[in-house]
Amino acid sequence: MNAYTEKIRELSSNLLREGKVDLVIGFKQGTVPMATVPAIARTPEEAATFVWDANCSLNLANYLTNRTEKIGIIAKGCDSRNIVNHIVENKISREQLYIIGVPCTGMVDKPSIRALFDLEITQFKEEGETLLVKTLENELKIDKQDYLRANCRTCMHRNPVIHDVLVAEPVVEQTLEDPFKDVKAIEQMDDDQRWNHFETLLDGCIRCYACRNACPLCYCPTCFVDESNPQWVGKGQDPSDVRTFHFLRAYHCAGRCTDCGACEEACPMDIRVRDFTRKLVKDSLEIYGWEAGLTLDQRPPLDTFKPDDPDAFIK
Amino acid sequence: MDNPYRPYPVRIDEIEIATEDKSLKTFKFVFLNEEDGEKFSHRAGQFAELSIPGKGEIPIGIASSPTEKGFVKFTVFKTGVVTSYLHNMKVGDIMGIRGPLGNSYPWDKLEGKNLVIIGGGFAFTTLRASIVYMLDPANRSKFGKIDVVYGARSPGMLLYRDELFEWERRDDINMHITVDGTDDPTWGYNVGFVPTIVEQKAPKASPETYAIVCGPPIMIKFTQPALEKLGYGDEQIIMSLENRMKCGIGMCGRCNIGKELVCKDGPVFTLKELNRTPREY
Amino acid sequence: MKVIQIDKNDWNRGIDASRKAYHLFGPVTDNNQSMFKQLAPDQYPDMEKPDTIMSPKSVLFPQTEKLLGATLDPTAENHHIMERPETDYSPRAVIGIRPYDARAVALVKLNFDTPEYRDPYWCDAYAATTFVGLAVNQPSVTDFSTAMGSGPFAEEGLDALLVDAGDLYLAKVLTPKGEAFFSAAGFDTVADTDESLEKIEQLKNKAETAMGPLAVFTDKLAQKSILDLHGAPFWEDLAFTCINCGTCTFVCPTCWCFDIQDETKGNSAARFRNWDTCMSPLFTKHGSGHNPRGEKTQRVRQRFMHKLKYFLDKYDSGTMCVGCGRCVEKCPVNIDIRQVCNKMNSYEPQK
Repeated sequence: MNAYTEKIRELSSNLLREGKVDLVIGFKQGTVPMATVPAIARTPEEAATFVWDANCSLNLANYLTNRTEKIGIIAKGCDSRNIVNHIVENKISREQLYIIGVPCTGMVDKPSIRALFDLEITQFKEEGETLLVKTLENELKIDKQDYLRANCRTCMHRNPVIHDVLVAEPVVEQTLEDPFKDVKAIEQMDDDQRWNHFETLLDGCIRCYACRNACPLCYCPTCFVDESNPQWVGKGQDPSDVRTFHFLRAYHCAGRCTDCGACEEACPMDIRVRDFTRKLVKDSLEIYGWEAGLTLDQRPPLDTFKPDDPDAFIK
Repeated sequence: MDNPYRPYPVRIDEIEIATEDKSLKTFKFVFLNEEDGEKFSHRAGQFAELSIPGKGEIPIGIASSPTEKGFVKFTVFKTGVVTSYLHNMKVGDIMGIRGPLGNSYPWDKLEGKNLVIIGGGFAFTTLRASIVYMLDPANRSKFGKIDVVYGARSPGMLLYRDELFEWERRDDINMHITVDGTDDPTWGYNVGFVPTIVEQKAPKASPETYAIVCGPPIMIKFTQPALEKLGYGDEQIIMSLENRMKCGIGMCGRCNIGKELVCKDGPVFTLKELNRTPREY
Repeated sequence: MKVIQIDKNDWNRGIDASRKAYHLFGPVTDNNQSMFKQLAPDQYPDMEKPDTIMSPKSVLFPQTEKLLGATLDPTAENHHIMERPETDYSPRAVIGIRPYDARAVALVKLNFDTPEYRDPYWCDAYAATTFVGLAVNQPSVTDFSTAMGSGPFAEEGLDALLVDAGDLYLAKVLTPKGEAFFSAAGFDTVADTDESLEKIEQLKNKAETAMGPLAVFTDKLAQKSILDLHGAPFWEDLAFTCINCGTCTFVCPTCWCFDIQDETKGNSAARFRNWDTCMSPLFTKHGSGHNPRGEKTQRVRQRFMHKLKYFLDKYDSGTMCVGCGRCVEKCPVNIDIRQVCNKMNSYEPQK
């Protein structure tokens, strides 16, 4: 058992034993290699089954929306930023939460690890920064940092920005020359190339909405794609309807997206949906100097109005 | 039906505003092809999909009786995209009808029995079909005593008012018309919710008496204990359910309650049957 | 039982020959995604990677399918009269379909081809299709088909079963449709039956041994009461984990639920059906706003109850899960139907 897991179990169990929270939200071990299960613990015994590894990729803030209990929650850097979002957007109150912060060294990119082998992975073990991956016929030791998810490679907030306790000393934040290389590459395409890029990107979309449902920002009681009166978007596989869903969803996340990668993680078709949201993350930073989910004290740029707004459109 | 998804083309022959708030209209349709009309032979209690090309379909109980030949009638509440569009259509417009769908009230079993018909609001449609069917001179002798409890919010919200008062004057059917409330001092009938009137006015249970209930979920919920108080057993209480439907032929999968599909195995179930299923309606 | 042997060097030639008589569908990897698709004239089924993310159900049941069309032009004689569009139902062959997916087709047939109604779209496609299966020599860790009435070498729903025996395929011909396909492909080398059946049996035993002992149990499901299972306490925790996307239902080879939607473009109206999912609250929401399965717990329960109990009770043809393992693998939060099935199978209500 790694030190993080041990500490998470201890802290969660204590919280429940002492009655400080009604439940703790964390991860349990999955049933297949490289899978974890977001789960709820209501007793110290249940909390003793929590785990932490480089597969705890989903964003647990997604499970907070509209809950009324007193909640303990395990939060890595990005989860903590979405907890801030949730508090700022009044989906939960700070007083309801006891945040067990996890300084994060990145989550692994499952598709690229799978791509190393012809056969399916039968075992996955993490030993510090080394990953031991087995198939029926093969076994590899790889360096975790070489197989991080794309969003983890450019993450500037590995340490939780808000927490009540940390499971370990903060980790050193990454320094990057240019975190937006990927976006710039798309920006530099001409119109046709860019259109083709996004067309190919969405090719395999089956509209299961896993990206939306894994996203902590997507908590609208009725999503615009589900609205039936009036109906904004067709429900079939017509490419224009598939596009409309992805474009509008991305814009709905502008200034709110923390680039946590849950959307890509959830996608059964391995579609790089972050190609949409990343651009908006970059624009928010460049236009408003804004990074989502860092502070409780400031409203996000797209839900505020300033009388001295330089643009005329709103006046 | 060769293709159960293909609606029979029909023409709107008559439109009548059914309630004072104009939220319900009764549409009379005639089939464009006579042979379609012959194929469309229904039993009271069945429903059909009203089908507007480009807008969609809605499942609606058939309000006309099988004994009324040459047309079919539906009374439609304006609520969603399709029904709102339908409310704006005119006499002469062409659309489609797909059906008849679902089982019906169990007429074989009901022959020779006394019946208590209980309806509320705008769910009275298939009950109207049933009453007209039973009162038809060819059929009246097949049934014993008939009692009807029908309630609406206010006098102006009662469907088929002319017929109701005509039945009121007959001596081969006992009408118990009620409204939730009214400020009309000339209102000469009952005031009170359907379950209360059932308890006061409906005949006590006997092995020869069956109750048919059709109404909004809340009315069904409270009518059931009222009938049980009168001694009705769960095989004598017959209910017509609503659930969200699309295909109407048991394939699209959304209207199930447990293993039963409301569209195909229902919409009519005995309370005994319902007691065996999850109450997901 | 006739067994044909096909030299793998001769495979592509036969596939090309069969194209004259069949539209071919098979596993292909496109844009990094493995899918069952209609093969382009120069495309061959990827027999090395036949385990697709999406099941082949779309061959008979496309995710979006036009059911009816009509013109809205009031000057046209047939305006507002909906008719079925012309669709090509000439023979198709699905190459490389896995045995569990073929069983799924047989189960889905119970829904679309009933004594009362026949879905002409599904049934016409089904009648046109020949299923040429490929046995699973090396089952995946998520494959539990042997527990669900199928297995790596099961034959139900197939017209022929190919067994990969190294340099050649041994093909069990199971129906006249299968016979016709091999004859169109020019695969006509009859193998020594006893010898090849023994070889097939060996490979089958090897595959089943690799899967290990059965760890998913369905034996007590039939005797449970629907209401007891419905009231079981374990649905709550399961629902907490579930993010209520439709992934499990879309990758599932037996999930057949659909939505019907109308669309218009200019003066033409079309009625489509699209795959739908019981995970969506809209699936059951009434026009009045009332929703009998408005809570996530109710929806999660519905999926498992439908697969493992309602279907079983209704048709007496086993569960509506064939054990392909796609949902286990693709569920973003790793909800594992194997565990749910065992919970249901062993559930005893507290008296």
